[in-house]
Amino acid sequence: MWDYLKLAVLAVIAVLAAIAANYAHDLAYMVNALTVMLAAAITFIWVLRNTGNDQPALDPHPERSYNDGVVRAGVIATTLWGIVGFLVGVTIAFQLAFPELNFSEFAQGYMNFGKLRPLHTSAVIFAFGGNALIATSFYVVQRTSAARLWGGNLAWFVFWGFQLVIVLAASGYILGATQSKEYAEPEWLTDWWLTVVWVAYLAVFLGTIVKRKEPHIYVANWFYLSFIVTIAMLHVVNNLSIPVSMFGSKSVQVFSGVQDAMTQWWYGHNAVGFFLTAGFLGMMYYFVPKQAGRPVYSYKLSIIHFWALIFLYIWAGPHHLHYTALPEWASTLGMVFSIVLWMPSWGGMINGLMTLSGAWDKLRTDPIIRMMVVSVGFYGMSTFEGPMMSIKAVNSLSHYTDWTIGHVHSGALGWNGMITFGALYFLVPKLWHRERLYSLKLVSWHFWLATIGIVLYAASMWVTGIMEGLMWREVDSQGFLVNAFADTVAAKHPMYVVRGLGGLLYLTGGLIMAYNLWATVAKQPAVASSNSAVPAE
Amino acid sequence: MSKKPKQMKGEVETTGHEWDGIAEYNHPLPRWWLWTLYATIIWAIAYTIAYPAWPLITHATRGVLHQSNRADVAAEIKRYDEANAPVEAKLVATDLTAIAANPDLVNYTQNAGGAVFRTWCAQCHGSGAAGAKGFPNLNDDDWLWGGTIEDIYTTISHGVRNTTDPDARYSEMPRFGADGLLEPAQIDQVVQYVLQISGQDHDAALASEGATVFADNCTACHGEEGKGDRSVGAPNLTDAIWLYGGDVKSLTETVTNARFGVMPAWGQRLSESDVRAVASWVHSRGGGE
Repeated sequence: MWDYLKLAVLAVIAVLAAIAANYAHDLAYMVNALTVMLAAAITFIWVLRNTGNDQPALDPHPERSYNDGVVRAGVIATTLWGIVGFLVGVTIAFQLAFPELNFSEFAQGYMNFGKLRPLHTSAVIFAFGGNALIATSFYVVQRTSAARLWGGNLAWFVFWGFQLVIVLAASGYILGATQSKEYAEPEWLTDWWLTVVWVAYLAVFLGTIVKRKEPHIYVANWFYLSFIVTIAMLHVVNNLSIPVSMFGSKSVQVFSGVQDAMTQWWYGHNAVGFFLTAGFLGMMYYFVPKQAGRPVYSYKLSIIHFWALIFLYIWAGPHHLHYTALPEWASTLGMVFSIVLWMPSWGGMINGLMTLSGAWDKLRTDPIIRMMVVSVGFYGMSTFEGPMMSIKAVNSLSHYTDWTIGHVHSGALGWNGMITFGALYFLVPKLWHRERLYSLKLVSWHFWLATIGIVLYAASMWVTGIMEGLMWREVDSQGFLVNAFADTVAAKHPMYVVRGLGGLLYLTGGLIMAYNLWATVAKQPAVASSNSAVPAE
Repeated sequence: MSKKPKQMKGEVETTGHEWDGIAEYNHPLPRWWLWTLYATIIWAIAYTIAYPAWPLITHATRGVLHQSNRADVAAEIKRYDEANAPVEAKLVATDLTAIAANPDLVNYTQNAGGAVFRTWCAQCHGSGAAGAKGFPNLNDDDWLWGGTIEDIYTTISHGVRNTTDPDARYSEMPRFGADGLLEPAQIDQVVQYVLQISGQDHDAALASEGATVFADNCTACHGEEGKGDRSVGAPNLTDAIWLYGGDVKSLTETVTNARFGVMPAWGQRLSESDVRAVASWVHSRGGGE
């Protein structure tokens, strides 16, 4: 009965999508509608083929084992989207150094920096980071709750639904559907679908916590939950918009002017705060103690810094709008909340690093631990740099310069990237029941390539950022500007090449990881291992 | 997998819970961490008392220092404006040709004119005024509309072939190929002729045919000898300086579809003193007449 209902719903979606594609006002909407139609049709066929086959009797007690299939899929998706995101990043880095690489004649503008840039940011943050968060949260919440994921196939719906969001958003960007809001570029159609997927994600995660067999909720899960809940709130409020037509991708924002800007940066800052910080701290709180085989340093610190972090982060958005139309009082508050946020952010770093005390010798032998330590180190560095850059006087120099880009990347490549790589290296042998990784030597290569890549990236962006900031503000004794904008662009060229090379190293490391993970599964025999949901005593 | 991590001697107790083998110590908060947190909170409170911060019903607190970024910027701009006002007044009152003889005005126009150029003109003419394809180099002594300070001033003030200023410099080269005024063969001939008069390699037979085509179609603007006419912005075709390229392909394109370079009327956007300053700056670049 349930299957027939699903079939009916899928058929209706496919037909409606076909009708929508037919009436489409623009190419992006038409391609999105056809994508939805195709996705619904494929799911329809899949459900149809499974209809009537009652659950096979292979596993008489499905509730006693963890749902690791969806985590495996997430690990594969994370790796693939990571490679795509890094590749687009390297491409646009070299486009800035060598504008001919836009191939404007050949690609008719579809490969221009302006189109590829949101593709890069969305690919690395949402496709790579998002899949990493979904996959690891599903893994961690099952282990630390000693319970199988709640909701049966709902977890699979979350996984495939999220991939559909990524495809809709990416094809939309290239074909011109964008709200022009940083990190919130997808238009209303994709936003609505993401909302549905996200509510399902919340349900799966919360459902699993509710039915946990452990008496307490582990700290990693607090962070994951705060990430899921806050992202839902940010996403809905920042994307409040009215579609111009049901058959077109364009929509009009509900807020306008400085209110719109403030909402956007409340969203944008907390996408960093809750997606890239809280969510990844959830990862850190599980994988670092697991890999180190040591207890977490301080339960007390984890409580205090968790609540301080989520209370303070939400107010810090105005520091993205210093010296704009934003009223000065809002600017001041954004700045002071950012400064107070410094120590709560560092609480996570202390807990991560101090968990390793007593296991420091592993730094020599375990490149995965090394990756995690560097990751936490970059976390500490960028959460110091962030509050510093939020100070108005510093911001008057750093704002709009490459310093911001360098800051973001020391966080994204260093913290988010490295902790995700560490988690992937931890997960793959466990999820595919292999004794160990294919090659620790390749992990070491990945570690050094990525670390040197990040250093090249961050250092070159500090140099160009501070240089262009100083050049922009340079005035002579009569108050006249000394440099033309084009002068600053020309002066940055060598550093842009260095940055591109740094990105290339990072991408190479990612490719080595992909090979190593593949070889771990493909070139090694499976070993028996436990997958049962038994609470740890 | 759920193996207990070994506990070392003399360590603090764990909380007693365990999740998938992960236990938690209950170390106290690091003192330096806690005191730094308190310090930032105290600093934050002090800062918000000193500066505009807390929103109330109708307005926000101003802060006891009464500081305002907007007022600061306005004051700074005012300071420079007031300092520059006398020399600007003098610049506007001085005859254009007399500016170069006054050291104060030269000093001012070098700074102000250069800044205006880098802000408004560099996008097309390049930050060093060396130009680009379709945008003239302003450092050489080849001028389309004249290189005296008055000519330069007029060009900047009213622009070229724009739709906003009725006094803009204006002329329009016919689209000889696109509008069927010349046969393709004739275009090939006149292109070879232009190569000849500009001292480049050319096909002598075609060029001699082209001389007739040139005389019949081009001399009205470019002159009998092809040396151009500044009153209509017609370029000199006998030198090595080309705005759109002097090779066969570029010349054929120019004759076939013509060119229509446009420049905004800066007199409508910039102050009189700024236009004069930038005109003086351009005039001083080396090609001024």
